[in-house]
Amino acid sequence: MKNLTLSQLLIKYPFITDYFEQNNLEIAGYENGTFEEYLRHFTREQIEDKALDIERLSSDLWIFIEQMESFLGIEKENEVRSLTILPGKDKYGNPEQFEKLTILPSQIISIVGPTGSGKSRLLADIEWTANADTPTGRSILINDQEPDRKWRYSSNNKLVAQLSQNMNFVMDLSVKEFIEMHAQSRMISNPEEVANKIIEAANKLAGENFTIDTPITSLSGGQSRALMIADTAILSTSPIVLIDEIENAGIDRQKALELLVSEEKIVLMATHDPLLALIADKRIVIKNGGIHAVLETSQEEKNLLNDFDKIDSVMRNARQKLRAGEILKKDELF
Amino acid sequence: MNLTIFSGPPSSGKTSVILKAIASFQQRNIAVGVVKFDCLYTDDDALYEKAGVPVKKGLSGALCPDHFFASNIEDVVRWGKEKNLDLLITESAGLCNRCSPYIADIKGVCVIDNLSGINTPKKIGPMLKAADLVVITKGDIVSQAEREVFASRVGSVNPKANILHVNGLTGQGAFELSTLIYDEKEDISSVQGMKLRFPMPAAMCSYCLGETRIGESYQLGNVKKIELGEEK
Ligand SMILES: Nc1nc2c(ncn2[C@@H]2O[C@H](COP(=O)(O)OP(=O)(O)OP(=O)(O)O)[C@@H](O)[C@H]2O)c(=O)[nH]1
Ligand SMILES: [Mg+2]
Ligand SMILES: [Zn+2]
Repeated sequence: MKNLTLSQLLIKYPFITDYFEQNNLEIAGYENGTFEEYLRHFTREQIEDKALDIERLSSDLWIFIEQMESFLGIEKENEVRSLTILPGKDKYGNPEQFEKLTILPSQIISIVGPTGSGKSRLLADIEWTANADTPTGRSILINDQEPDRKWRYSSNNKLVAQLSQNMNFVMDLSVKEFIEMHAQSRMISNPEEVANKIIEAANKLAGENFTIDTPITSLSGGQSRALMIADTAILSTSPIVLIDEIENAGIDRQKALELLVSEEKIVLMATHDPLLALIADKRIVIKNGGIHAVLETSQEEKNLLNDFDKIDSVMRNARQKLRAGEILKKDELF
Repeated sequence: MNLTIFSGPPSSGKTSVILKAIASFQQRNIAVGVVKFDCLYTDDDALYEKAGVPVKKGLSGALCPDHFFASNIEDVVRWGKEKNLDLLITESAGLCNRCSPYIADIKGVCVIDNLSGINTPKKIGPMLKAADLVVITKGDIVSQAEREVFASRVGSVNPKANILHVNGLTGQGAFELSTLIYDEKEDISSVQGMKLRFPMPAAMCSYCLGETRIGESYQLGNVKKIELGEEK
């Protein structure tokens, strides 16, 4: 590999342009030599001026290639077919009240419990693929096995994607540029197609449509949320999605969950909203830093969901009428 | 004693992250002390004091804080030994993107935040590129996509580093960080003779020596001229 010229390397590993770009290495004009030769052309003065660490740059390129290769190549191998949580202890040292919880792709599990009760710890345990080596003593299995440690540190293989209330877009890009940038960081070969798919999906979730040229910072709250969810569902590498409450405004939450599930995500959802919590098949109850119970959503609760849904649609309807400047009438709402 | 060197751009969340890690060390009865290096001003010492850990601060004033760090770290390590610390943490404000305080064979952690923009990894230089561990903060307030792009760019400039997401407010990820910056089996008694990972610039010009007058004739030593190009 080290004997290849830069142009040969670029053909074989097109993603290395990213390495050159992020490290501010201008390789134009040096394509016919090797990377070592390219690095050797810098004068002492340039090395000092640009703060180049030649040795490190040279060894890092091969590590980068190795990592990207494994990232691209073993996406299949990275497939998460199940996530299992094995019990540990709560903060008083009492054993957690469940035997073993296995969650499969396309399943939704809700997490309930007062703030500060240990939800972040549970999430951190999953993210870190705990191996009885965190304060709770829990263990996490992936595909019924002790997980590969790469989940802990790598920049490209993160187990958990997060969607929370406080998230905002901070970049100044159009929707299209934004998605393409995300797609590019994942080395997706058909960014435009993916962008269209995401926008279509997002528009199904949001009340009002937006276009591919809309600047992301001018999206409404609901639209931003919809775009974040669609992008996470379709383009995030993480097999597990944690949702920290989705507010009930400007977005069809049921459809949002359906989208995530249709993309084979494992969905964990911290919520106190009955409409969301009861959509899940199971819910984890957290108390005193530990899992206090794992409850199946009962048939009675599932039936209740219908009633809550009706109440919710009354509220939605009322909101819409208010927005349209109408006068609310009881018999038109119920 | 262990020594871990934290660096990172201003307000990236260094103190928040260190404090959360300290909380988890305290539960395990590991004695931690902190020395904060800054340029003109810092309040961080008060925060560490409140957390109940021995703390010292050093203000570099007219010097580059990283140069100041290099000339003082030996004494700081001696202080840590005297205090019988298990872990000595230094926090330096990475004010100068050109310099970095990391020492070979001593754990170096760079803290950067998602809010600083996706071009930041490209701009930072040795402070990020030579770190063993990169902690990314403020993931709670940007979109998942931005977090992924940011992390992947960090991975491009420093593929060797372990990358960890830590939330400086909730502490999510801080326990995990604590396991990476302290190793029971490790023990250093001095940093004398150790080497900086990356040389600091040989900047020594007349202005370094106190010159205040502007003009070609006052410029001596290492002088570099901006390229403005020729007007056609
Ligand atoms: N939302 C959010 N805010 C954070 C996070 N981490 C730190 N902050 C906030 O960012 C601000 C700066 O944090 P500090 O920990 O003081 O940053 P620092 O790097 O130590 O700053 P200096 O030492 O002054 O360079 C504070 O207001 C923190 O509360 C995080 O993960 N999320
Ligand atoms: Mg600080
Ligand atoms: Zn400097």
